[in-house]
Parts: sequence; C-alpha cells; structure tokens
Amino acid sequence: MNGFEWFIPVILTVITAATPLVFAGIGELVTEKSGVLNLGIEGMMIVGAVAAFITATLTGNYLLAVVVAALSGAFMAFLFGILTLSLMANQVATGLALTLFGIGLSALIGQDFVGEPVQAIAKLNIGGLSDLPVIGPILFGQDPLVYLSFLMVFLVSWFLFKTKAGLILRAVGDSHDAAHSIGYSVIGIRYAAVMFGGAMSGIGGAYLSLAYTPMWAENMTAGRGWIALALIVFATWKPGLVLVGAYMFGGITILQLHAQAAGLDIPSQILSMLPYLATIVVLVVISKDESRIRKHAPACIGKIFHPAA
Amino acid sequence: MSNTGLNTGTQKPRLELKGITKAYPGVLANDNIDLKVLPGEIHALLGENGAGKSTLVKTIYGVLKADSGDILWNGERIDITSPHAARTLGIGTIFQHFSLFEAMTVTENIALGLPGRQNMNDLAKRIVEISENYGLPLQPERRVFTLSVGEKQRIEIVRCLLQNPKLLIMDEPTSVLTPQEADKMFETLRRLSDEGVSILYISHKLDEIKNLCHKATILRGGKYISECDPTVETAKSLAEMMIGTNLTAPKHREAADRGPVRLKVRNLSLDSNDQFGVDLNLINFEVRCGEILGIAGVAGNGQVELLEALSGETLCQNAEDISLEQEYIGKLGPIQRRTRGIAFVPEDRLGHGSVPDMSLVDNAFLSGYTQKGLITGGLIDTQKTTRFANEIVKKFDVRTAGVSHKASSLSGGNLQKFIVGREMMQDPKLIIIAHPTWGVDAGAASSIHQAIIDLAASGAAVLVVSQDLDELFAISNRLAVIADGRLSVSRGVHEITIEEIGLLMGGTEGAGSKREVESVA
Amino acid sequence: MLLKIEKRPESSHSMVYVTPILALLLTVLTGIVLFKILGVDPIEALKNFFIVPINNQYGATELLVKATPLILCAIGLSVGFRANVWNIGAEGQLTLGAIFGGGVFIYFHDVDSVFLLPIMIVMGAIGGALWGAIPAFLKTRFNANEILTSLMLVYVALLLLSLLVHGSWKDPDGYNFPESRIFSDSATMPILLEGTRLHFGTILALLAALGTWFMLGKTLVGFQIKVIGAAPKAGSYAGFSQKKIVWFCLLFGGAMAGIAGVSEVAGPVGQLLPSISPGYGFTAIIVAFLGRLHPVGIIFAGLLMALTYLGGETAQINLGLPVAVTGVFQGMILFYLLACDVLVNYRFRLARFGKAAS
Repeated sequence: MNGFEWFIPVILTVITAATPLVFAGIGELVTEKSGVLNLGIEGMMIVGAVAAFITATLTGNYLLAVVVAALSGAFMAFLFGILTLSLMANQVATGLALTLFGIGLSALIGQDFVGEPVQAIAKLNIGGLSDLPVIGPILFGQDPLVYLSFLMVFLVSWFLFKTKAGLILRAVGDSHDAAHSIGYSVIGIRYAAVMFGGAMSGIGGAYLSLAYTPMWAENMTAGRGWIALALIVFATWKPGLVLVGAYMFGGITILQLHAQAAGLDIPSQILSMLPYLATIVVLVVISKDESRIRKHAPACIGKIFHPAA
Repeated sequence: MSNTGLNTGTQKPRLELKGITKAYPGVLANDNIDLKVLPGEIHALLGENGAGKSTLVKTIYGVLKADSGDILWNGERIDITSPHAARTLGIGTIFQHFSLFEAMTVTENIALGLPGRQNMNDLAKRIVEISENYGLPLQPERRVFTLSVGEKQRIEIVRCLLQNPKLLIMDEPTSVLTPQEADKMFETLRRLSDEGVSILYISHKLDEIKNLCHKATILRGGKYISECDPTVETAKSLAEMMIGTNLTAPKHREAADRGPVRLKVRNLSLDSNDQFGVDLNLINFEVRCGEILGIAGVAGNGQVELLEALSGETLCQNAEDISLEQEYIGKLGPIQRRTRGIAFVPEDRLGHGSVPDMSLVDNAFLSGYTQKGLITGGLIDTQKTTRFANEIVKKFDVRTAGVSHKASSLSGGNLQKFIVGREMMQDPKLIIIAHPTWGVDAGAASSIHQAIIDLAASGAAVLVVSQDLDELFAISNRLAVIADGRLSVSRGVHEITIEEIGLLMGGTEGAGSKREVESVA
Repeated sequence: MLLKIEKRPESSHSMVYVTPILALLLTVLTGIVLFKILGVDPIEALKNFFIVPINNQYGATELLVKATPLILCAIGLSVGFRANVWNIGAEGQLTLGAIFGGGVFIYFHDVDSVFLLPIMIVMGAIGGALWGAIPAFLKTRFNANEILTSLMLVYVALLLLSLLVHGSWKDPDGYNFPESRIFSDSATMPILLEGTRLHFGTILALLAALGTWFMLGKTLVGFQIKVIGAAPKAGSYAGFSQKKIVWFCLLFGGAMAGIAGVSEVAGPVGQLLPSISPGYGFTAIIVAFLGRLHPVGIIFAGLLMALTYLGGETAQINLGLPVAVTGVFQGMILFYLLACDVLVNYRFRLARFGKAAS
C-alpha cells in the first residue's frame, strides 16, 4: 500500500481541478448543441464564483451558495440571450463582452471579500466506506459537487440522445430554419439552452471559490472558461469526452503544481504555462482534421436566427 | 387525369380562403386572395416567382399570420396560429426547401415532425410500412445528408402521411426531381386523392399542372386572377394568365459557324472536401467559340463542385484537366483565370456573386478590377470604378436608386442583371453562368437570356449550368447532363428530347414510365 | 401590442453613428443607478468620472497617454475583426512587444544612440507580430480556432515576462525586486509636452489610425479584408486568399499591439515590470467595437475608454469608489452598444395581436 500513498492526494487534487471544467464544459456543450456559441463562460464562471463565495460567507449555507451561483450564471447567460437571440447581436462579440463585463462586475461585488477565508465545502463521509484504503477517499470522500458533476454529464448525455426534448434541441442546432418551419420555438429553446449553460458555468465558478481554493480573488478563474471552450472542441461535442478532457486538463494543472512544490529545477512560470500550452496543443491536434470537426459541430453554431417569415 | 371520386357539386370545401391579405414592408404579398379546395381535389396554385404563392402557403400552414381575411376548414371559420395547430387539423406541408436536419437519421427527422413522444423502433417500422405501401422506399437509419434529393422529399411526404393528413400542401415539389421521379410522385398523389386527401399543388410548371390537377387558382403580383380547369386550358392560355403579357421568346441566332474549341475539360476528377459534397468523376467536355453549352441536372449532383473547379475556387489536381485555348489552367486561381478572359456568374447571387453589405461600386470592383484596370498606382481608382458600375447599371437596365446603394437593396432580378452585366462587360472569351434566371422575374429572365445569346453571337464561348430544362432548351446549342458527379456526352439541342435528358438526370439506368411532353408555347 | 423586429432593406447609415452615443447614454443612466446603490451621489460621481480627470492640462494629456495603447491595440484588432479574424490576444502581443523592445535596451543598455529607440520600436512590432504569427500559423495550417489560441498565448506571454523580470533581466542594482533596469534617455519615448507624460507613442497611434484608414479605403488588401469579412464566399469567388488575410490580420494586429507594448515600457512605465498593462489589450476589444471598427471612430472610443480608467482612479481617490467600477463601465458600454446595434440592420415595429378589420 505504501507505493500508493503519494498517489491518493494527487488524484484528489486532480478531481478538484477538473470539476469546474466539467461543469462549465457540459453546460456550454448544451448551449452549443442548440446552435449558440457563448464565449462568455469565463465571465459567467467568475460571477458564479463571487456570488457563491459571498453567499457562503454571509449565510454559511453552501447549498444556497451553489444555487445562487447557478442563478447568477443563468442571469448572465440571460443577458447574453437578450443580446444574441432577441437583438441578434454577433455571438462572438457578445461573448467577449460578457466575459469583460463579468470580470468587472465580480471585482466590484467581491471587493470587500478579497482575502477573507471561508470553510471549504464539506466532503462526504460515509461511515466505513470513506475510510477504505485508496478507493475510500477517492470514491466516497468527495464533496457533493463532484458527484453532481458526474451526474450532470450522465443526465446531459441521456437528455440529448435519449429524449424527445433533447432531439429537438439538437435539431435546432442542426438547422434552425427547418426547426422553425416545423413549428418549434427556436428562440425559446435556445434561451433555455443558453441559461442552462450559464447555470452550469456558475456552479463551476462556485466550485472554484468554495472548494478548489476556498477564497475569493479577482480574476481567479484564470482562463478556465476558455479552457472549457477548448474542451468541447476536444470532445467533438460528446458529453463523455468532455469529462475525459476535463480530467486530462485537471491532471496537467495538478502535475505542474506538484512539480513546483517538489522544487523541480524548472522555473515556476514555465510550469504554469503548461495548461495553456496543452490547450493549444490539444486544439491543434483535434482541429487538424477539419472534416471531423465539421461533421460533429452543430451546423448552426454561431449563426444568427431571424425568423424572416 | 382521372376525376374519380370527385363530386364537386355537393361537397363542402375542405379548405376555403376568403380575402387573405398580407403586407410586408413595401410589398403587398397577398392582396385579397380567395381559394377553395374540395375533398380529394388536386388543386393547383399557379403563379410566377413573387406572385405570392409561398406567402399564402405559409399562412395556411400557420407560419405566417394574415393581416386580414378568413380561413374556413370544412366550412368552419378557424385561426391557424402555428404549424402545430395546422398539423392537428390535418394539414401537412412539403416545402420547396425541405425542413430536414442533415446530420440526423430519417427516423429522427420524422419524429421531430410528429407530436408527443415516440418509440424510435416502432416509428422506424411504421416508416417502412407506409413508405412501401405508397411506393416511397426509405431506410429509417440512414442519415439525411447521405440521401438524394428525391429521397429527402420522400421523408417529407412520409412524415406528412404518418399523420393522416386531410390536406397536403406541396410547394414546387418537382423542381428537385427528374421527370421520371416526378412521374412516380404523381402516382402517389393520385392515389392519395382517390383516398380523399385534398392536395394543394404549388407550381409554375404548366405541363405538370395540366397533367395532374383538377382545378387551378392563378395568382399574379399578389392578386387572385382566376380559377380554372387546367385540363381544358391550353399551356399557352395558362401561361398568359400567369404572366399577364405575352412574352417574346429569346431570339436565337441560326446555328452559326462553330468556332474553334475554347474551353476543354479532360478527365477532370475531384474529391469533394465537404462531407455533404459530390465527387467529380472523369468529366469531359468542350465549349467552342460562339456556342452555348447547357449542363442540366438535378441540384446536388456535382454542379457546385464543377463550377468551383472551373472558376478556380477549387484547384484541379492536374493543370491539364482544364485548358483554355491550348493553355493548361487547371492549377490557376480565379484571378489568373479571369485575366485570361474567363468570366463567371455563380449560383448564389447574394454572398457569392456579390457582397450583400457593400455598394454596387464595390461589387463592380470585386471581380472587375483586373480586366477593367481599376487599380492605378497601387490604389483603388474610385472614380473609374464608379463609372464602370454606372455603365453596368445603364447597359443592363439595373433598377437601383444609385450605385452607392448596397447590393442587398436590389431585387433578385436586378442584382442578377448587375452581376451578369459586370461579367459580360469584361468582354470575356468564355463565360460560365450558373442558374442564370433562378428566382428572377420573367422580364429580367428574358433580358438575361437575350444577353447570353447575344454574347455567344459575338464569338464568346458560353457555359450555362441550370436546373431549368425549359431555359436550357431555349438558349443552348448543345446539352449535357450531370448526374452523381459524372457528365454525359453532349448532344445538339435538336437531337435530344426532354425524356432522354430526364433519363440521364436520374443516372444511367433510370427506367421511368413514358410520358408525353407538352411543350410550352 | 407586440414589438416586432424586422430587417431593414438596407442598413441604416445614421444609426451607425447614433448607436454608440445611445450606448453611452444608457451606460451613464445605469451608472447613476449603480452609484445610488453604492451610496454615492450620482452627480458627484459622474463629475468625478468624466469631468474632473480632464479639467486641467495635465489631465488632458494623461487622457492621451492612456488612450495611446488602447488606440494602437484597437486599430490592430479592428482590421482583424473586419475580416472575421477574432484575435483577442492583443494583451499577449502587447507583452511580447514590450519584451522584444525592452530586450533591445536590456542588452544594449550602455549604448547611447539615436538609433536605439527606433530599433526598440521596430523590435517591439516584430515581437508582437511574432506572437500574432503563432495563432495565424495554427489557424491556417491546422485550422485551430484563433480565439482560443490567441487567448491562451496571453497567459503564456504574461508568464514569460514574469520569468524574465524575475530572472535574467532583473536589475542587478534593484535590491532583488522583480524589475528591469530603468530605461535610459535614449531608450525612452521623447516627451511631447514639458511637465507631462505625453510622449511620442501618441503620434505613432495617430499615424497608425491614419495609415489604417487609408489602407482600408484605398488599397486592394483593405478591400480584400472587407470582402472576406462581409462575405467569405464572395472573397474566394474574387480569388482573394483567406489564408493570406488571416496572416495579414494577425501579423498586423500583433505588430500594432507590439508597438503599444514598447511605447508603454519606453514611455510611462519606463522599465520592464511583471505587470505592464492594466488590461489594455482586452479593453481594446471594446474600443474597436465602440469605434465601429473604423480608425477615426477608434480614436474617439480610445479617448472615452481612457477616460473611464482616469475616472475610475479619480473616483477612487475622491469618493472612495472601488476601482473595479471602471471594468463594469467598460463591459456595460460594450453590452449596450451590441444591444443598440440591432437598430442598424433592423427596425422595430408595433404589431397588433389579432386581426385588423378587413
């Protein structure tokens, strides 16, 4: 058993690093499947992070904190929806605006909370199970959000591919004109998908400020929203692969942290670059096969829908 | 032309429209239109592009809301507020542009058009059942993008049939079919009519309507013109009601002295890099000076790919694949080909042949700057470009408020005249024109046809790719047919019949029923 | 009654100019509400935000100092945005410009020559362009999305700068602070107005705007950029190479941001620090849109955004308002602009439910 001692904390930290990406990625996946590209994940995550942190600090109620984070993420996404769906603004530009706005807004709201400590979200403790060696802490000793993240991947997968509503959502992303002419409410369905994406990003943010590093700092998402976007390309819009990708990125993040902690003779900045460089490498490898991307990407992604009667 | 089961005197109309009016900004699309469709009747809605047919159909199907007027269903006044409501009543629609989802399977597509939840396996079985029953073979598990246009239309029809429709609306259903496929579809429609289903059949093809329909309502410029019995009318009388004036057929010069070969395509094969695309397979043809070669074919059989290979937007694998007057040009890009005297009118006017959000001046510059020398001293010569744009507008009678207006502000016909004019005024040795009059009003169409014929008469080689057989027969000297990425041997326009063209369009062994072809006056 | 949006037959000319002003008004109105919530007198706050910072000569020149990097970056970005090349990594390209330009001084700090500064500026442009070349290469060769790659490279660039100023470029006499040497006079942008920080970089920014205006209006490459942005298929029909334009836009955008970077470190900053920009490269995205991707518009938008930076500082000092208000204002103005832009291509019409009498 001794050989595994170092292994457990690494796995545990990989899980904490991956979970926010799972939430943000799976939410955006639903958004993109409906044909909308929301580049504002970073903004929705950071607002979720600050909202959760403040709620947790003021009330001590973590469930409420997560709900508030989801609602504020969904609200941000709603703003995005008003602009891109109702007012037909460019989705790329609006997504950027959402990110810039979210970063500013979160800094403003959270300014009195910078550096305040908060208790990390409680981990599960199921009697004997959580004390089992190795698998105990990994399988039965996580905080509830980790389990929720897995559940969400499963639910989204089931929803998209096994239900009529999921079929309709994919249809809207495949051809909004066809969906409209059959009589589906393209805009309504997209609002729902966008706001679900926002809620998930919000929860992802909450995980950052309540579990990953239980504190609030400006800009604490540090590009994770963008990495989540890259994840979806990596996953070629498949929920299961989003999970795989998130854990891969989580692994790289943790690897470099452990390497820094181990005092490796590599400057810390170089190690810190790794997740970003890995994102680029993954994007390149996946995107190289253009036809594969085109085959899996929702055909209407990023296109503006105006029911031209 | 059977009138079986029709008992016109006593029946209540299944659908009746009274005084339907719908206005768009600047256009009265439907102006006080009446329409009556009896049970089991195949009723034609006849009119030119822009006559208001599509608007009326969308109103019946609940996609649009009329500004005024009444809809009666089996004699009762109703509001059709949505396509769902229309389907609940028993109205099924097959649109000209299919409402299909390319990346999904046949079953998924059909499930999307049905209310409630379905068990996908049961649904697949029912699809096979219905499709066999009506002679519309379909494989439920196939993804739509792998299907031919005819098969795609079958999906739409089966989707409607699954809901036991009382009224089936078909918007230009044969525009995408070969004549033989169309005949098969007519069989299905006649059978449905015998079973009591009403069919509202929208078309501008007169021979079809005479062949199939019991009644016809004619629209022109958004107005109701008349109701008639197409079986007793002549194609000429129908055409006159539809168009309103007598149109002059394009003046064809006499089979002139064919010049030397100008464009030669030899064994051109090209793999499409689009998964929805068609691979070109050993294409061979030549176009001589002074002649018009027409290429017919159902959309999606390699026309787009061939046109892009000819324009240089896609480069050929070997330079020898295409030659212009002894020079191999297969590996030259569009600009180099243009400087060698090739002009090009693409299919899509807005966004391919022109930049919608740019002025006519800029759009004149777009493809004209090399041949017209619109760059002086490394800079864009705005004055000269404006002059060029004005010349196009004047010579080709483009109706516009001015050349500083955007391309998107022009009507389809006027924009097409502008683009054709822009290309023709570069005095091309060879001009390649895709779908010259698609979606263009009759007036503009005939002037474009005349311009094409005149250009050939002046010695240019002309290649026209079109889906419209009437058009091709009217202007071409020779015809070839493209099907599934292969091009047939070309033949003189007087040596080939529509039926033979149809067989070629359906691929080599498209055995179809015989059909008399009535030529339109 | 129902508000319906319908497409204009042709996009409205006047709305192109009206909507930025409308967006600004809406931002100010929201700002008033925001200040109320923060417990500050709105009039006082607005005054501190928009008037106090520039009611003297020094303030006015500071506005130009802050606007300079914004305008440079935004000019570069706007050219890309016009061609649908979504370079959002100007912050990284700016940083690389500072590293390359600043690097020249680090290695030639004992050289006293009139050529030093020009070489630094050129190297800054090259550094930014090189950083822009990476997404261009990845996009044209591997089809990798430039939004994500250019953004990831921002983080890499910031870490690279941190590595250098913590490492080999650290000032040997700097008490181990992570800072480079202070730039010598011959490596510093000439001051335009004595007693202020207004420097030569501002002239570079104006020249860049003018040059870009000319390029977009009169040259073939400018025409190609506009065509490919508005209708890519029409671009390939005309024979314009999309790849070349991607390269051009990213190199140009990178070079402009690079010049901004070197003009900051050789100007108001005066040395290399771990952080040399308060997010100019990101704010420049707002500037580019607010300026309608037009060089002249960008100059005005750059001045306005610069004012929000100054206003934020003033309001912090005088009223104790959090400096983060600046970011909120900047995000909000872009939001409102994008929302109002619907008026350029569409118009609203009141539609009645039910049927009109026939």
